[in-house]
Amino acid sequence: MPNAFTVLRSEQNRVVVLTLDGYLDAHTAPQFEKAIQDEHAGGRNQIAVDCQHLTYISSAGLGVFMSFIEEIRAAGGDIKLAGIVPKVYQVFEVLGFPALFDIVDDVPTALHHFAEGIGTPE
Amino acid sequence: MAELEKTFALHVPSSTENLAMIRDFVSKIGAMAGLDEREVMKLELAVDEACANVIEHAYGMDNSKEVKVRAVLDADKIQIDIVDTGQSFNPGGVRQLNLEELVAQRKNGGLGLRLIKSIMDDVHYQIVPGEKNELRMIKRLKR
Repeated sequence: MPNAFTVLRSEQNRVVVLTLDGYLDAHTAPQFEKAIQDEHAGGRNQIAVDCQHLTYISSAGLGVFMSFIEEIRAAGGDIKLAGIVPKVYQVFEVLGFPALFDIVDDVPTALHHFAEGIGTPE
Repeated sequence: MAELEKTFALHVPSSTENLAMIRDFVSKIGAMAGLDEREVMKLELAVDEACANVIEHAYGMDNSKEVKVRAVLDADKIQIDIVDTGQSFNPGGVRQLNLEELVAQRKNGGLGLRLIKSIMDDVHYQIVPGEKNELRMIKRLKR
């Protein structure tokens, strides 16, 4: 059944990397929400989300990104999205994410953007 | 010779846990209709969003209720009907929103409806008072 979802956490150059794997829907979104909430509550606001193994996302998953982005930017951080596969990217596009979020090809690019302060839309 | 209409149905308890089973069902319908991988995923997404709205809003997470998905497939289109007996909603209009408005819509299922309307060719919501709500979505097939 296509409903497995995991979030793995690591840190690189003081950036938190959350690696998503599987299906992010209304059932699994609370797990991702808690992961972001924990980082934000702990004052870690530079977050790269590695989406290369994310195979599916619905609005519940997109909503997690949207509900935290303003607070996290207000705290001087950002959520950058890396490695989204085309099939999943089309969903981000429908809601206009490319204009609102810094979406990059891979995690190293996200780390580079954090280091250089690149790519946070106004 | 005209292709016969085929009807398929899936009834599941109203729980987000079952969204995966619903997507699996829809994915098979999409494949049967000859959609490519991207189109299948969009169809899955539209139905997932509609069912998630039913589970969370119409039924308020009451898993003793049942979500009914019916798919009717013919040569020109896929028609999906989602039927519930919970609380009705006002589907309203869909226009471009800014981030703040999108964030606000997240709470009431509005984002899902935006996705549904962008994916499906025809979306119709019917309330039969005291009986049921039915969301009918049609995807036309390009032949």
